[in-house]
Amino acid sequence: MSATTTSTVPRLRRKRPAKVREPFHDRVFLVVVMIMLTVILALVLLPLINIVANSFSSASAVSAGRVGFWPVDFSLEAYKTALTNSQVLQGYYNSLIYAVLGTLISVTLTVAIAYPLSRKTFYGRNVLMTLLIFTMLFSGGLIPTYMVVHDIGILNTRWALLLPNAVGVWQVIIARTFFANSIPDELYEAGMLDGASELRVLRSVVLPLSKPLLAVLALMYTIYQWNTYFDALVYLKDPDLFPLQIVLRNMLILNTTRPSASNLAEQLHQQQLANVLKYALIVVSSLPVLLIYPFVARHFTKGVMVGAVKG
Amino acid sequence: MAIPTSHPIPLPSATERPVPPPQRSSAPAIRRSRWSQAKRSWRMHWQLYLLASVPMAYFVIFKYIPMSFLVIAFKQYNVVQGPWGSPWVGLQNFDQLFSNPVFGTLLKNTFILAFYLVLASFPVPIILALGLNEIRDSWFKRTVQMATYAPYFISTVVVVSMTILVLSPRVGVVNQGLGALGVAPINFLADPDFFRHIYVWTDVWQTAGYSAVIYLAALSGIDPALHESAKIDGASRLQRIRYVDLPGIMPTAVVMLVLGVGNMMAIGFEKAYLLQNDLNLAQSEIIPTYVYKTGLINADFSMATAVGLFNSVVNLCLLLAVNFVAKRVTGNGLWR
Repeated sequence: MSATTTSTVPRLRRKRPAKVREPFHDRVFLVVVMIMLTVILALVLLPLINIVANSFSSASAVSAGRVGFWPVDFSLEAYKTALTNSQVLQGYYNSLIYAVLGTLISVTLTVAIAYPLSRKTFYGRNVLMTLLIFTMLFSGGLIPTYMVVHDIGILNTRWALLLPNAVGVWQVIIARTFFANSIPDELYEAGMLDGASELRVLRSVVLPLSKPLLAVLALMYTIYQWNTYFDALVYLKDPDLFPLQIVLRNMLILNTTRPSASNLAEQLHQQQLANVLKYALIVVSSLPVLLIYPFVARHFTKGVMVGAVKG
Repeated sequence: MAIPTSHPIPLPSATERPVPPPQRSSAPAIRRSRWSQAKRSWRMHWQLYLLASVPMAYFVIFKYIPMSFLVIAFKQYNVVQGPWGSPWVGLQNFDQLFSNPVFGTLLKNTFILAFYLVLASFPVPIILALGLNEIRDSWFKRTVQMATYAPYFISTVVVVSMTILVLSPRVGVVNQGLGALGVAPINFLADPDFFRHIYVWTDVWQTAGYSAVIYLAALSGIDPALHESAKIDGASRLQRIRYVDLPGIMPTAVVMLVLGVGNMMAIGFEKAYLLQNDLNLAQSEIIPTYVYKTGLINADFSMATAVGLFNSVVNLCLLLAVNFVAKRVTGNGLWR
């Protein structure tokens, strides 16, 4: 039935234009490019696959080095251990606090400096911008910054992770460029005529129009806070305040997991477990970022490009 | 360290001149002095000045006050007298530093590592971007792009842990592979000669996809008419890359390279410190890790600050020098 109808209906679809075949050397070149990209893809993915495969394997298989790119003796023991470890949970909790609060503080401060700097009638904007950019080129360095953090009394408190690196100059540049290019001057004039104050214009006109920018800034700061460990290493002594990255460093690189078992067989098992645990911890700690990553990547790219247009 | 700042994009209008006030020779009364401009701006924007004062306070407290504390590099700092009251010692700290036999090794390690890093991480993203740009939009292309971008979001601690595990002589997959080829296990991290390669290539692994995105954007900005006419003239794909794509991304590449060399000495403390162990210290001790150990572990603030200051000054000079050369040679630099 269907065959007859299709045969009687005159062909309305336009023929595709005849495809120009590429010359032979170009097709060879394309094959070479594909092979190169496949090799790069493998080099990037294989280490990651190896880690994930190990994390799902049994403790003895991992310790014997028998795991390649597929789990051996499938087991979830490592994840159970990782997710019941009090240090890890505390670290997770702390990192969440730092990520949320840090992002709030950072985005607020960034907008607070970038918005005035974007206004053409704001006297002194060039001087201020130069002062900001100078801090990108030259800095006091580790010890002088440590002295300031010590002197204002926030050493070994949560503030030590939230304040010293709160504003990134690069993020200010992105925000300033965005405001300057996507908010037309007429909106400011209209706001003024309606009797709105500067802050009111910012709150009711500019910010609602800047949601993409706020999203990009929030993502950048959140990922920075989640991944950084340097400030915590330098400024924190109290283990209860440690973010996840410091906990990871202690457990993965310094190997500070103490065996608590008494008999030998149990001790051996614990030692083996400590090995798999490392793989599971890597997966568990990177998961939040890698899960949001596919949604974030596009915005990240956009953010990089926003700054590219000179304001 | 600081939130990612090393970006290839020309810094906007830092050097932009303020719009000159309207000049009318016949009516000088209308010409505004700077002072009246400032007064007018304050009347209009006083709320914005208040708003900006909070982040400016941040920059003063956490960026500019530390710069003033650099004076302790020329002093014998002690906690009781503070940075201003401590006695001056002139260049004694620097004399001590330059005559210290460790200094030569430190400088050499830092320079070689930094230089190697810049050299290795410059071409890889370009090759990746050119390759991706050649193939048609497809499942494969998107996968390669997503996968190569992903490591950028993994933290340094995790990357170093992964490196240690993958290269481990007992459980690591690399040594398993070598074992299958009949090679005895190699303890990569205990050998100082491997340190630089590990540092640099894990860094390339982590950032190549991210940097490639920047080049891809530059490539998409190239006028398609150029490609069309090259095709009509019978240029092969390789020739089009050579004569259309490469010149098209040249400005971006120059800025990337300038920033790379300029940030050479600001090479990350984080990773070097994590990859360090007693066995590879001969090549893995670099200036930032030395500053950390001298300053915060041995509590020699003045010496650590002197080393840090030396590093910052070298870094600034490098950046300015490279920018100057790049501008002369190619006409593209960080500043106009």
